Amino acid sequence: MTATPTEMMTIAAARLLTNSDVCFVGIGAPSAACNLARLTHAPKITLIYESGTLSTRPSVLPLSIGDGELCDTALTTVSVPEMFRYWLQGGRITIGFLGGAQIDRFANLNTTVVGPYEAPKVRLPGGGGAPEIASNCQQIFITMAMGARAFVDRLPFITSFGHGTGKGDRERLGLKTKGPTRVMTDLCVMEPDAETAELTVTSLHPGVTREQVQAGCGWPLRFAASVAETPPATDRELTVLRDLHARTKRAHGVAA
Amino acid sequence: MADFVSLSEGVEAVLSDGCSVAMEGFTHLIPHAAGHEAIRQARKRLTLIRMTPDLVYDQMIGMGCAEKLVFSWGGNPGVGSLHRFRDAVENGWPHRLEIEEHSHAAMANAYEAGAANLPFAVFRGYKGVDLPKVNDRIRSVTCPYTGEVLATVPAIRPDAAIIHALRADREGNVMLEGIVGVQKEAVLAAKRSLVTVEEIVEDFGPRNANAVILPAWTVTAIAHVPGGAYPSYAQGHTKRANDFYIAWDKIARERETFLAWMKEHVLEKGPEAFARHAEKARAA
Repeated sequence: MTATPTEMMTIAAARLLTNSDVCFVGIGAPSAACNLARLTHAPKITLIYESGTLSTRPSVLPLSIGDGELCDTALTTVSVPEMFRYWLQGGRITIGFLGGAQIDRFANLNTTVVGPYEAPKVRLPGGGGAPEIASNCQQIFITMAMGARAFVDRLPFITSFGHGTGKGDRERLGLKTKGPTRVMTDLCVMEPDAETAELTVTSLHPGVTREQVQAGCGWPLRFAASVAETPPATDRELTVLRDLHARTKRAHGVAA
Repeated sequence: MADFVSLSEGVEAVLSDGCSVAMEGFTHLIPHAAGHEAIRQARKRLTLIRMTPDLVYDQMIGMGCAEKLVFSWGGNPGVGSLHRFRDAVENGWPHRLEIEEHSHAAMANAYEAGAANLPFAVFRGYKGVDLPKVNDRIRSVTCPYTGEVLATVPAIRPDAAIIHALRADREGNVMLEGIVGVQKEAVLAAKRSLVTVEEIVEDFGPRNANAVILPAWTVTAIAHVPGGAYPSYAQGHTKRANDFYIAWDKIARERETFLAWMKEHVLEKGPEAFARHAEKARAA
Protein backbone atom coordinates (compact mmCIF):
# COMPACT_ATOMS: atom_id res chain seq x y z
CA MET A 1 0.00 0.00 0.00
CA THR A 2 1.27 3.47 -0.88
CA ALA A 3 -0.05 6.69 0.62
CA THR A 4 -1.24 9.59 -1.53
CA PRO A 5 0.36 12.96 -0.65
CA THR A 6 -2.77 14.02 1.25
CA GLU A 7 -2.82 10.76 3.21
CA MET A 8 0.86 11.19 4.01
CA MET A 9 0.13 14.69 5.38
CA THR A 10 -2.60 13.33 7.65
CA ILE A 11 -0.49 10.37 8.80
CA ALA A 12 2.56 12.56 9.52
CA ALA A 13 0.34 14.81 11.66
CA ALA A 14 -1.28 11.90 13.48
CA ARG A 15 2.11 10.48 14.49
CA LEU A 16 2.92 13.62 16.50
CA LEU A 17 -0.03 13.13 18.83
CA THR A 18 0.09 11.25 22.13
CA ASN A 19 -2.28 9.87 24.75
CA SER A 20 -1.56 12.80 27.05
CA ASP A 21 -2.51 15.49 24.53
CA VAL A 22 -5.60 17.64 24.74
CA CYS A 23 -6.30 18.76 21.16
CA PHE A 24 -8.48 21.56 19.87
CA VAL A 25 -9.51 20.10 16.52
CA GLY A 26 -10.43 21.90 13.32
CA ILE A 27 -12.45 20.39 10.46
CA GLY A 28 -10.71 18.71 7.51
CA ALA A 29 -7.17 17.32 7.67
CA PRO A 30 -6.77 18.16 11.41
CA SER A 31 -9.90 16.19 12.28
CA ALA A 32 -8.72 13.22 10.20
CA ALA A 33 -5.26 13.31 11.80
CA CYS A 34 -6.57 13.52 15.38
CA ASN A 35 -9.02 10.68 14.87
CA LEU A 36 -6.42 8.54 13.08
CA ALA A 37 -4.15 8.98 16.13
CA ARG A 38 -7.05 8.04 18.42
CA LEU A 39 -7.81 4.91 16.37
CA THR A 40 -4.16 3.79 16.23
CA HIS A 41 -1.44 4.67 18.73
CA ALA A 42 -3.15 7.24 20.99
CA PRO A 43 -6.53 5.81 22.08
CA LYS A 44 -6.65 8.02 25.19
CA ILE A 45 -6.05 11.34 23.39
CA THR A 46 -8.57 14.04 24.37
CA LEU A 47 -10.28 15.69 21.39
CA ILE A 48 -12.19 18.94 21.76
CA TYR A 49 -14.20 20.66 19.02
CA GLU A 50 -15.10 24.32 19.38
CA SER A 51 -18.83 23.57 19.36
CA GLY A 52 -18.37 22.60 23.01
CA THR A 53 -17.84 18.84 22.81
CA LEU A 54 -15.23 17.66 25.35
CA SER A 55 -13.46 14.29 24.96
CA THR A 56 -15.39 13.22 21.89
CA ARG A 57 -14.89 9.88 20.09
CA PRO A 58 -16.66 10.11 16.73
CA SER A 59 -16.90 6.90 14.68
CA VAL A 60 -17.07 8.96 11.46
CA LEU A 61 -15.48 12.33 10.73
CA PRO A 62 -17.87 15.23 11.24
CA LEU A 63 -18.60 17.39 8.18
CA SER A 64 -19.03 20.41 10.45
CA ILE A 65 -17.57 21.40 13.77
CA GLY A 66 -20.92 20.63 15.42
CA ASP A 67 -22.30 17.40 13.93
CA GLY A 68 -24.53 15.37 16.28
CA GLU A 69 -21.95 12.56 16.16
CA LEU A 70 -19.58 14.74 18.23
CA CYS A 71 -22.14 15.45 20.95
CA ASP A 72 -23.39 11.83 21.01
CA THR A 73 -19.88 10.49 21.68
CA ALA A 74 -18.59 13.28 23.95
CA LEU A 75 -17.95 13.02 27.68
CA THR A 76 -19.88 16.27 28.07
CA THR A 77 -20.91 19.25 25.96
CA VAL A 78 -20.49 22.82 27.20
CA SER A 79 -21.77 26.12 25.82
CA VAL A 80 -19.68 28.02 23.28
CA PRO A 81 -18.82 30.90 25.67
CA GLU A 82 -17.64 28.35 28.24
CA MET A 83 -15.57 26.57 25.57
CA PHE A 84 -13.71 29.74 24.65
CA ARG A 85 -13.37 31.10 28.19
CA TYR A 86 -12.71 28.20 30.55
CA TRP A 87 -11.16 25.65 28.22
CA LEU A 88 -9.28 27.58 25.53
CA GLN A 89 -8.44 30.86 27.32
CA GLY A 90 -8.12 28.85 30.55
CA GLY A 91 -4.96 27.31 29.09
CA ARG A 92 -6.12 23.71 29.21
CA ILE A 93 -5.40 22.83 25.57
CA THR A 94 -1.97 21.40 24.75
CA ILE A 95 -2.27 21.34 20.95
CA GLY A 96 -4.28 23.49 18.58
CA PHE A 97 -4.58 22.24 15.03
CA LEU A 98 -4.95 24.87 12.33
CA GLY A 99 -5.08 25.07 8.57
CA GLY A 100 -5.49 28.07 6.36
CA ALA A 101 -5.81 29.36 2.84
CA GLN A 102 -2.37 30.98 3.02
CA ILE A 103 0.74 30.78 5.19
CA ASP A 104 3.98 32.77 5.23
CA ARG A 105 7.55 31.84 6.21
CA PHE A 106 6.91 32.65 9.88
CA ALA A 107 3.76 30.47 9.99
CA ASN A 108 1.33 33.38 10.19
CA LEU A 109 -2.00 32.34 8.60
CA ASN A 110 -4.59 34.03 6.42
CA THR A 111 -8.17 32.79 6.20
CA THR A 112 -9.81 36.21 5.79
CA VAL A 113 -9.32 37.81 2.35
CA VAL A 114 -7.23 37.71 -0.79
CA GLY A 115 -6.71 41.28 -1.97
CA PRO A 116 -7.55 44.42 0.03
CA TYR A 117 -9.93 43.94 2.99
CA GLU A 118 -12.36 46.66 1.84
CA ALA A 119 -12.56 45.34 -1.74
CA PRO A 120 -11.42 41.72 -1.63
CA LYS A 121 -10.73 39.68 -4.72
CA VAL A 122 -11.71 36.58 -2.75
CA ARG A 123 -13.63 36.79 0.49
CA LEU A 124 -12.65 33.78 2.63
CA PRO A 125 -14.69 32.56 5.65
CA GLY A 126 -12.67 34.51 8.26
CA GLY A 127 -10.95 33.59 11.48
CA GLY A 128 -13.60 31.80 13.52
CA GLY A 129 -11.82 30.33 16.52
CA ALA A 130 -8.35 30.49 14.96
CA PRO A 131 -6.97 33.83 16.29
CA GLU A 132 -7.39 32.75 19.92
CA ILE A 133 -6.55 29.09 19.24
CA ALA A 134 -3.23 30.34 17.85
CA SER A 135 -2.48 32.40 20.94
CA ASN A 136 -3.99 30.33 23.78
CA CYS A 137 -3.02 26.70 23.00
CA GLN A 138 0.35 25.59 24.37
CA GLN A 139 1.54 24.83 20.83
CA ILE A 140 0.14 24.82 17.31
CA PHE A 141 0.38 22.22 14.56
CA ILE A 142 -0.52 23.36 11.06
CA THR A 143 -1.60 21.08 8.20
CA MET A 144 -1.74 22.51 4.68
CA ALA A 145 -1.21 21.17 1.18
CA MET A 146 1.64 22.97 -0.61
CA GLY A 147 1.22 25.26 -3.59
CA ALA A 148 2.67 28.64 -4.59
CA ARG A 149 -0.69 30.35 -3.99
CA ALA A 150 -0.93 28.92 -0.47
CA PHE A 151 2.69 29.25 0.70
CA VAL A 152 3.20 32.94 -0.06
CA ASP A 153 5.97 35.46 0.40
CA ARG A 154 3.66 38.03 1.91
CA LEU A 155 0.18 37.59 3.42
CA PRO A 156 -2.51 40.11 2.44
CA PHE A 157 -4.03 39.70 5.91
CA ILE A 158 -2.86 38.11 9.17
CA THR A 159 -5.82 36.19 10.60
CA SER A 160 -3.83 34.09 13.09
CA PHE A 161 -0.45 35.04 14.50
CA GLY A 162 2.42 32.59 14.15
CA HIS A 163 5.90 33.99 14.70
CA GLY A 164 5.21 37.48 13.28
CA THR A 165 8.33 38.78 11.57
CA GLY A 166 10.66 36.39 13.36
CA LYS A 167 12.08 35.14 16.63
CA GLY A 168 11.02 37.14 19.67
CA ASP A 169 7.84 38.67 18.24
CA ARG A 170 5.55 36.43 20.30
CA GLU A 171 7.34 37.30 23.53
CA ARG A 172 7.18 41.03 22.66
CA LEU A 173 3.39 40.75 22.37
CA GLY A 174 3.22 39.10 25.77
CA LEU A 175 2.34 35.68 24.37
CA LYS A 176 3.51 32.90 26.67
CA THR A 177 2.60 29.99 24.39
CA LYS A 178 4.93 28.40 21.81
CA GLY A 179 2.91 29.11 18.67
CA PRO A 180 3.40 26.96 15.56
CA THR A 181 6.00 24.24 16.17
CA ARG A 182 5.29 22.02 13.14
CA VAL A 183 3.82 22.44 9.67
CA MET A 184 2.77 19.15 8.07
CA THR A 185 2.32 19.41 4.33
CA ASP A 186 1.55 16.88 1.62
CA LEU A 187 5.25 16.90 0.61
CA CYS A 188 7.29 17.54 3.74
CA VAL A 189 7.43 18.58 7.40
CA MET A 190 8.64 22.08 8.35
CA GLU A 191 9.67 23.46 11.71
CA PRO A 192 10.56 27.00 12.78
CA ASP A 193 14.32 27.50 12.93
CA ALA A 194 15.59 27.73 16.52
CA GLU A 195 17.44 31.03 15.85
CA THR A 196 15.14 32.86 13.40
CA ALA A 197 11.73 31.11 13.67
CA GLU A 198 11.67 30.87 9.85
CA LEU A 199 10.02 27.67 8.61
CA THR A 200 12.67 25.13 7.63
CA VAL A 201 12.16 21.78 5.93
CA THR A 202 13.20 19.05 8.38
CA SER A 203 11.75 15.97 6.68
CA LEU A 204 10.77 15.04 3.13
CA HIS A 205 7.97 12.52 2.55
CA PRO A 206 9.04 9.33 0.71
CA GLY A 207 9.96 9.98 -2.93
CA VAL A 208 9.66 13.79 -2.71
CA THR A 209 12.55 15.96 -3.98
CA ARG A 210 13.73 19.36 -2.72
CA GLU A 211 12.81 20.82 -6.13
CA GLN A 212 9.20 19.63 -5.80
CA VAL A 213 8.91 21.21 -2.37
CA GLN A 214 10.41 24.51 -3.58
CA ALA A 215 8.01 24.55 -6.56
CA GLY A 216 5.09 24.52 -4.10
CA CYS A 217 6.38 27.48 -2.10
CA GLY A 218 6.38 31.21 -2.90
CA TRP A 219 9.54 32.08 -0.96
CA PRO A 220 13.08 30.59 -1.19
CA LEU A 221 12.80 27.67 1.22
CA ARG A 222 15.43 26.82 3.79
CA PHE A 223 16.34 23.20 4.41
CA ALA A 224 17.72 21.91 7.70
CA ALA A 225 21.41 20.85 7.82
CA SER A 226 20.25 17.25 7.83
CA VAL A 227 16.89 16.61 6.21
CA ALA A 228 15.24 13.36 7.26
CA GLU A 229 12.96 11.16 5.20
CA THR A 230 9.49 10.76 6.69
CA PRO A 231 8.97 7.03 7.41
CA PRO A 232 6.49 5.67 4.85
CA ALA A 233 2.90 5.06 5.86
CA THR A 234 2.36 1.64 7.38
CA ASP A 235 -0.37 -0.67 6.14
CA ARG A 236 -2.17 -0.26 9.45
CA GLU A 237 -2.12 3.55 9.28
CA LEU A 238 -3.45 3.49 5.74
CA THR A 239 -6.10 0.86 6.39
CA VAL A 240 -7.47 2.70 9.43
CA LEU A 241 -7.43 6.07 7.62
CA ARG A 242 -9.12 4.71 4.48
CA ASP A 243 -11.77 2.90 6.55
CA LEU A 244 -12.45 6.12 8.44
CA HIS A 245 -12.90 8.08 5.19
CA ALA A 246 -15.13 5.38 3.68
CA ARG A 247 -17.38 5.30 6.79
CA THR A 248 -17.50 9.09 6.72
CA LYS A 249 -18.56 9.27 3.07
CA ARG A 250 -21.35 6.74 3.63
CA ALA A 251 -22.54 8.64 6.70
CA HIS A 252 -22.63 11.96 4.82
CA GLY A 253 -24.70 10.51 2.01
CA VAL A 254 -21.92 10.77 -0.56
CA ALA A 255 -21.14 7.74 -2.72
CA ALA A 256 -17.73 6.36 -1.69
CA MET B 1 -44.81 35.54 29.31
CA ALA B 2 -44.23 33.68 26.10
CA ASP B 3 -47.14 33.71 23.65
CA PHE B 4 -47.82 30.67 21.50
CA VAL B 5 -48.10 31.93 17.93
CA SER B 6 -47.84 30.77 14.33
CA LEU B 7 -44.45 31.16 12.69
CA SER B 8 -45.59 34.10 10.56
CA GLU B 9 -47.09 35.88 13.58
CA GLY B 10 -43.92 35.25 15.56
CA VAL B 11 -41.57 36.62 12.90
CA GLU B 12 -43.87 39.62 12.47
CA ALA B 13 -43.83 40.23 16.22
CA VAL B 14 -40.07 40.30 16.65
CA LEU B 15 -38.68 41.51 13.29
CA SER B 16 -39.15 44.86 11.62
CA ASP B 17 -37.26 46.51 8.78
CA GLY B 18 -33.97 48.01 9.96
CA CYS B 19 -33.73 46.06 13.21
CA SER B 20 -30.84 43.90 14.42
CA VAL B 21 -31.40 40.20 14.87
CA ALA B 22 -29.31 37.29 16.12
CA MET B 23 -30.56 34.00 14.64
CA GLU B 24 -28.14 31.81 16.52
CA GLY B 25 -27.28 28.15 16.40
CA PHE B 26 -23.78 26.67 16.40
CA THR B 27 -24.27 24.10 13.61
CA HIS B 28 -27.03 22.53 15.75
CA LEU B 29 -30.56 24.01 16.07
CA ILE B 30 -30.26 26.67 13.38
CA PRO B 31 -33.62 28.42 12.91
CA HIS B 32 -33.96 27.86 9.15
CA ALA B 33 -37.77 27.93 9.04
CA ALA B 34 -37.82 31.33 10.75
CA GLY B 35 -35.23 32.66 8.30
CA HIS B 36 -37.40 31.52 5.40
CA GLU B 37 -40.40 33.25 6.94
CA ALA B 38 -38.40 36.50 7.25
CA ILE B 39 -37.58 36.18 3.54
CA ARG B 40 -41.26 35.63 2.68
CA GLN B 41 -42.17 38.70 4.73
CA ALA B 42 -39.54 40.56 2.66
CA ARG B 43 -37.81 42.13 5.67
CA LYS B 44 -35.23 44.71 4.63
CA ARG B 45 -32.13 46.50 6.00
CA LEU B 46 -31.63 43.95 8.79
CA THR B 47 -28.40 43.79 10.77
CA LEU B 48 -27.80 40.05 10.88
CA ILE B 49 -25.70 38.90 13.83
CA ARG B 50 -24.32 35.39 14.14
CA MET B 51 -21.00 33.71 14.95
CA THR B 52 -21.31 31.23 12.08
CA PRO B 53 -23.61 32.65 9.39
CA ASP B 54 -24.25 29.60 7.28
CA LEU B 55 -26.88 28.67 4.72
CA VAL B 56 -29.81 30.58 6.19
CA TYR B 57 -27.88 33.88 6.30
CA ASP B 58 -26.49 33.13 2.82
CA GLN B 59 -30.12 32.89 1.71
CA MET B 60 -31.23 36.06 3.51
CA ILE B 61 -28.24 38.02 2.15
CA GLY B 62 -28.90 36.75 -1.38
CA MET B 63 -32.57 37.74 -1.12
CA GLY B 64 -31.65 41.30 -0.09
CA CYS B 65 -32.81 41.20 3.56
CA ALA B 66 -29.49 42.33 5.06
CA GLU B 67 -27.81 45.69 5.30
CA LYS B 68 -25.06 44.57 7.66
CA LEU B 69 -23.53 41.31 8.86
CA VAL B 70 -21.82 40.93 12.26
CA PHE B 71 -19.98 37.60 12.26
CA SER B 72 -16.88 35.58 13.04
CA TRP B 73 -16.86 32.73 10.48
CA GLY B 74 -18.79 32.89 7.22
CA GLY B 75 -18.48 29.59 5.38
CA ASN B 76 -20.30 26.38 4.54
CA PRO B 77 -18.77 24.10 7.20
CA GLY B 78 -16.64 21.33 5.71
CA VAL B 79 -17.78 22.29 2.20
CA GLY B 80 -16.40 25.71 1.28
CA SER B 81 -17.68 29.20 0.54
CA LEU B 82 -21.00 30.87 1.15
CA HIS B 83 -21.41 32.05 -2.43
CA ARG B 84 -24.21 34.58 -1.80
CA PHE B 85 -22.23 36.16 1.07
CA ARG B 86 -19.15 36.30 -1.18
CA ASP B 87 -21.12 37.79 -4.07
CA ALA B 88 -22.43 40.52 -1.75
CA VAL B 89 -18.98 41.37 -0.35
CA GLU B 90 -17.01 40.95 -3.59
CA ASN B 91 -19.54 42.34 -6.10
CA GLY B 92 -22.22 44.16 -4.11
CA TRP B 93 -25.02 41.79 -5.28
CA PRO B 94 -27.92 42.18 -4.70
CA HIS B 95 -26.60 45.28 -2.91
CA ARG B 96 -23.62 46.34 -0.81
CA LEU B 97 -23.26 44.51 2.50
CA GLU B 98 -21.58 46.23 5.43
CA ILE B 99 -19.56 43.84 7.57
CA GLU B 100 -18.38 43.91 11.18
CA GLU B 101 -16.01 41.01 11.66
CA HIS B 102 -14.80 39.42 14.90
CA SER B 103 -13.29 36.16 16.14
CA HIS B 104 -15.41 33.43 17.78
CA ALA B 105 -13.93 34.17 21.19
CA ALA B 106 -14.87 37.85 20.82
CA MET B 107 -18.47 37.16 19.81
CA ALA B 108 -19.02 34.45 22.45
CA ASN B 109 -17.75 36.88 25.08
CA ALA B 110 -19.84 39.73 23.62
CA TYR B 111 -23.07 37.70 23.82
CA GLU B 112 -22.26 36.77 27.39
CA ALA B 113 -21.63 40.44 28.22
CA GLY B 114 -24.99 41.29 26.64
CA ALA B 115 -26.78 38.66 28.73
CA ALA B 116 -24.94 39.94 31.83
CA ASN B 117 -26.02 43.54 31.13
CA LEU B 118 -22.41 44.72 30.82
CA PRO B 119 -21.33 47.37 28.28
CA PHE B 120 -18.41 45.36 26.90
CA ALA B 121 -16.58 42.05 27.04
CA VAL B 122 -12.96 41.56 28.04
CA PHE B 123 -10.81 38.62 27.01
CA ARG B 124 -7.28 37.59 26.07
CA GLY B 125 -7.24 37.73 22.29
CA TYR B 126 -6.55 39.45 18.97
CA LYS B 127 -2.79 39.47 19.67
CA GLY B 128 -0.70 40.31 16.63
CA VAL B 129 -3.51 39.94 14.10
CA ASP B 130 -5.00 42.31 11.52
CA LEU B 131 -8.71 42.33 12.46
CA PRO B 132 -8.35 45.24 14.93
CA LYS B 133 -6.94 47.31 12.03
CA VAL B 134 -10.18 46.94 10.05
CA ASN B 135 -12.72 46.85 12.90
CA ASP B 136 -12.57 49.89 15.20
CA ARG B 137 -15.00 48.22 17.64
CA ILE B 138 -12.10 46.04 18.76
CA ARG B 139 -10.26 47.95 21.49
CA SER B 140 -8.36 47.20 24.69
CA VAL B 141 -8.33 47.80 28.41
CA THR B 142 -5.52 47.61 30.94
CA CYS B 143 -6.15 45.28 33.87
CA PRO B 144 -6.17 47.45 37.04
CA TYR B 145 -4.63 44.62 39.06
CA THR B 146 -1.87 43.24 36.83
CA GLY B 147 -1.33 45.84 34.11
CA GLU B 148 -2.02 43.24 31.40
CA VAL B 149 -3.55 44.71 28.24
CA LEU B 150 -6.67 42.77 27.27
CA ALA B 151 -8.93 42.92 24.21
CA THR B 152 -12.43 44.36 24.45
CA VAL B 153 -15.51 44.33 22.21
CA PRO B 154 -18.89 45.95 22.84
CA ALA B 155 -21.63 43.73 24.27
CA ILE B 156 -24.06 42.31 21.71
CA ARG B 157 -27.59 43.60 22.46
CA PRO B 158 -29.77 42.63 19.49
CA ASP B 159 -33.28 43.98 18.99
CA ALA B 160 -34.36 40.39 18.46
CA ALA B 161 -33.06 36.88 18.98
CA ILE B 162 -34.50 33.94 17.07
CA ILE B 163 -33.56 30.37 17.98
CA HIS B 164 -34.81 26.82 17.42
CA ALA B 165 -35.16 24.56 20.48
CA LEU B 166 -36.09 20.96 21.20
CA ARG B 167 -39.25 21.57 23.20
CA ALA B 168 -41.47 23.95 25.07
CA ASP B 169 -43.93 23.05 27.79
CA ARG B 170 -47.53 24.35 27.99
CA GLU B 171 -46.41 27.22 30.22
CA GLY B 172 -43.95 28.43 27.58
CA ASN B 173 -40.69 27.33 29.19
CA VAL B 174 -38.10 26.29 26.59
CA MET B 175 -35.52 23.48 26.79
CA LEU B 176 -32.30 23.06 24.81
CA GLU B 177 -30.00 20.05 24.86
CA GLY B 178 -26.92 18.89 22.98
CA ILE B 179 -24.69 21.51 21.38
CA VAL B 180 -26.28 24.56 22.97
CA GLY B 181 -23.99 27.15 21.38
CA VAL B 182 -24.71 30.75 22.45
CA GLN B 183 -28.50 30.58 22.19
CA LYS B 184 -29.24 31.13 25.88
CA GLU B 185 -26.95 34.17 25.90
CA ALA B 186 -28.46 35.50 22.65
CA VAL B 187 -32.02 35.33 24.00
CA LEU B 188 -31.09 36.92 27.34
CA ALA B 189 -29.11 39.66 25.55
CA ALA B 190 -31.95 40.55 23.16
CA LYS B 191 -34.88 42.91 23.67
CA ARG B 192 -37.35 40.34 22.31
CA SER B 193 -37.17 36.75 21.19
CA LEU B 194 -38.86 34.09 19.10
CA VAL B 195 -38.25 30.41 19.73
CA THR B 196 -39.35 27.78 17.22
CA VAL B 197 -39.63 24.30 18.76
CA GLU B 198 -39.70 20.68 17.61
CA GLU B 199 -42.48 19.79 20.03
CA ILE B 200 -44.75 21.21 22.70
CA VAL B 201 -45.20 18.94 25.71
CA GLU B 202 -47.47 19.09 28.76
CA ASP B 203 -44.52 18.91 31.08
CA PHE B 204 -40.76 18.37 30.58
CA GLY B 205 -40.98 15.38 32.96
CA PRO B 206 -37.89 13.87 34.58
CA ARG B 207 -34.82 15.82 33.52
CA ASN B 208 -31.28 16.68 34.46
CA ALA B 209 -31.38 19.36 37.17
CA ASN B 210 -28.90 21.39 35.07
CA ALA B 211 -30.76 21.20 31.75
CA VAL B 212 -30.55 24.42 29.73
CA ILE B 213 -33.95 26.03 30.21
CA LEU B 214 -35.18 29.47 29.24
CA PRO B 215 -38.08 30.31 31.57
CA ALA B 216 -41.30 31.48 29.90
CA TRP B 217 -40.83 35.02 31.24
CA THR B 218 -37.58 35.43 29.24
CA VAL B 219 -39.15 34.54 25.86
CA THR B 220 -41.50 36.72 23.78
CA ALA B 221 -43.06 34.17 21.46
CA ILE B 222 -42.98 30.43 20.72
CA ALA B 223 -43.97 28.79 17.44
CA HIS B 224 -44.33 25.04 16.94
CA VAL B 225 -42.30 24.25 13.79
CA PRO B 226 -41.27 20.58 13.69
CA GLY B 227 -38.22 20.05 11.47
CA GLY B 228 -37.67 23.82 11.51
CA ALA B 229 -33.90 23.52 11.79
CA TYR B 230 -33.47 21.56 8.51
CA PRO B 231 -30.84 21.15 7.02
CA SER B 232 -29.36 21.75 10.48
CA TYR B 233 -30.69 19.35 13.10
CA ALA B 234 -32.34 18.89 16.47
CA GLN B 235 -30.58 16.43 18.79
CA GLY B 236 -32.71 13.31 19.26
CA HIS B 237 -35.26 14.46 16.66
CA THR B 238 -33.60 15.00 13.29
CA LYS B 239 -30.14 14.41 11.83
CA ARG B 240 -27.97 17.06 10.15
CA ALA B 241 -28.58 16.84 6.38
CA ASN B 242 -24.92 16.89 5.42
CA ASP B 243 -25.91 15.97 1.84
CA PHE B 244 -27.90 19.21 1.57
CA TYR B 245 -24.99 21.30 2.87
CA ILE B 246 -22.88 19.72 0.12
CA ALA B 247 -25.64 20.31 -2.48
CA TRP B 248 -26.03 23.98 -1.45
CA ASP B 249 -22.58 24.76 -2.85
CA LYS B 250 -23.84 24.15 -6.39
CA ILE B 251 -27.26 25.74 -5.88
CA ALA B 252 -25.84 28.98 -4.49
CA ARG B 253 -22.86 29.32 -6.81
CA GLU B 254 -24.82 31.12 -9.56
CA ARG B 255 -27.42 33.86 -9.03
CA GLU B 256 -29.96 32.20 -11.37
CA THR B 257 -29.91 28.76 -9.76
CA PHE B 258 -30.04 30.41 -6.34
CA LEU B 259 -33.08 32.55 -7.22
CA ALA B 260 -34.88 29.60 -8.81
CA TRP B 261 -34.28 27.47 -5.71
CA MET B 262 -35.50 30.24 -3.38
CA LYS B 263 -38.66 30.74 -5.46
CA GLU B 264 -39.54 27.06 -5.47
CA HIS B 265 -38.52 26.15 -1.91
CA VAL B 266 -39.10 29.33 0.09
CA LEU B 267 -41.29 31.95 -1.60
CA GLU B 268 -43.86 29.42 -2.83
CA LYS B 269 -43.80 27.34 0.38
CA GLY B 270 -44.81 27.80 4.01
CA PRO B 271 -43.48 26.57 7.35
CA GLU B 272 -45.32 23.26 6.87
CA ALA B 273 -42.64 22.42 4.28
CA PHE B 274 -40.30 21.71 7.20
CA ALA B 275 -42.64 19.17 8.82
CA ARG B 276 -41.70 16.45 6.32
CA HIS B 277 -38.11 16.50 7.63
CA ALA B 278 -39.40 15.75 11.14
CA GLU B 279 -41.75 13.06 9.78
CA LYS B 280 -38.96 11.46 7.79
CA ALA B 281 -36.78 11.38 10.91
CA ARG B 282 -39.57 9.81 12.97
CA ALA B 283 -40.11 7.12 10.35
CA ALA B 284 -36.40 6.29 10.14
